[in-house]
Amino acid sequence: MNLQSIIYPIISLGGLGLVFGAGLAYASQKFAVEIDPRALAIRDALPGANCGGCGLPGCDSFAKAVAEGKSPVDGCPVGGPDCAKALAEIMGVEVDERARKVAKVICNGDKEKCRDKFDYHGINDCVAASMVGGGGDKACNYSCLGFGTCVKACQFDAIEIIEGRIARIIPEKCTACGKCIEVCPKDVIDMVPYDQTVVITCNNKETGKVVRKKCEVACIACQICVKACPFDAIDFKNNLAFIDYDKCTQCFVCVEKCPTGAIEGDLEKRKKAVIDENTCVGCTICKKHCPVEAIEGELKGKHKILADKCIGCGACEAKCPKKSITMN
Amino acid sequence: MSVSSLFIILVSAILVNNFILSRFLGICPFLGVSKQVETAFGMGMAVTFVMALASIITYLAQILILEELNIQYMQTIVFILVIASLVQFVEMVIQKSSPTLYQSLGVFLPLITTNCAVLGLTLINISQEYNLIETIVHAIGAALGFTLAIVLFAAIRERLELSHVPKAFKGFPIALITASLMSLAFLGFAGLV
Repeated sequence: MNLQSIIYPIISLGGLGLVFGAGLAYASQKFAVEIDPRALAIRDALPGANCGGCGLPGCDSFAKAVAEGKSPVDGCPVGGPDCAKALAEIMGVEVDERARKVAKVICNGDKEKCRDKFDYHGINDCVAASMVGGGGDKACNYSCLGFGTCVKACQFDAIEIIEGRIARIIPEKCTACGKCIEVCPKDVIDMVPYDQTVVITCNNKETGKVVRKKCEVACIACQICVKACPFDAIDFKNNLAFIDYDKCTQCFVCVEKCPTGAIEGDLEKRKKAVIDENTCVGCTICKKHCPVEAIEGELKGKHKILADKCIGCGACEAKCPKKSITMN
Repeated sequence: MSVSSLFIILVSAILVNNFILSRFLGICPFLGVSKQVETAFGMGMAVTFVMALASIITYLAQILILEELNIQYMQTIVFILVIASLVQFVEMVIQKSSPTLYQSLGVFLPLITTNCAVLGLTLINISQEYNLIETIVHAIGAALGFTLAIVLFAAIRERLELSHVPKAFKGFPIALITASLMSLAFLGFAGLV
């Protein structure tokens, strides 16, 4: 066997590679572009989904914008607080801890509860379905159609279609990128704080008389919740109640009062106040602030919570000067 | 060798054997970077630069190394190595000199590396047994032909954006039809040389 036929190719190709490599190394020094090292570090700290949730095209441009100070460090909705913290560290600034938000389908009108307008046998897509018969096959024009346009748009597998053909968002997986809100033809997805369990799950803006015929679980604009809320956290607009999440203490009063069950809330998650008798000095401040008179006790005496009356709003906990009230 | 034969090589590379529209090489950037005349022109210039340099270097590599050592079968891999290095170099230069162009070319710039138009040109140079000057002229002709085709195409696509195209044809379908019509038109140059 001819050894040359092996050695020549190796030497020639290796030599060429070496020459070009050296040339490129020199060129990369000469034509080096100065990139902000912080931008590179930020890029590494980002989730890298390139979802565009920040409003910029891709993670690279967001990293650049943050490094230049044009975008806030907590601008990435996907990364959440952890990412914001990492970015703040790189940039050497502080973040104001913003509550994590998740998307929420504000409709409970599944096939059983919401009346059908007609049978739809078209393309399996909300946008297509919403174009037929004046807004889809459901009687309620504001409802979730449940054909999964949002499911297809979600890059994080956080949306599923449950029985009764309605979309549900899994809060643990949701990153609040806003893609589903963008594609939903019915505008029936909203952003709510992650730990908010009391949510008004109706989007219908018609009057109670009209909506009552269409759906069993709709907001019928009775305003009972508005009056019942001890904290003025419910507002009323366009025949629909809205919760101000900053004021809401998740006391579940509205959930109990709503005649149609249009306000969602897991009552089992309701907290109860507990007074630590060792530290209670009997100042009566908590008693004065309780909206439902669930605290009894005399001045200078130990106070007690009436568990069946307590709505778990936490108003007493916030006011107690001795910090002897805990919620659990 | 006379000036007229060089001229014939040039014209035939630009029009008659246009790399995109007659030889169907380099279709990827042709479709990818042809949405705006400006970026299309930038791409054309980048390809021109790479083609001209690659032709010279591959010609020298062929004569001085491959034929000398009688290892012509290494042609493809050596040429690819040359082209890849050159593309890297061009990328650095563009990134330094024109960040805007660098961004708009995007992924298609590194893709010149595997652009069959460049490799095809260098291989045709060798198979046609051109000498160095003819190689350079042919390379410039091919690159100008590439630029001409891509810029013309981009100009048409810019107008297509604004015109009423049936929904089913919007985007790539109409672009492909346009490309085929352009290719047909360039067939008219067939008898020129």
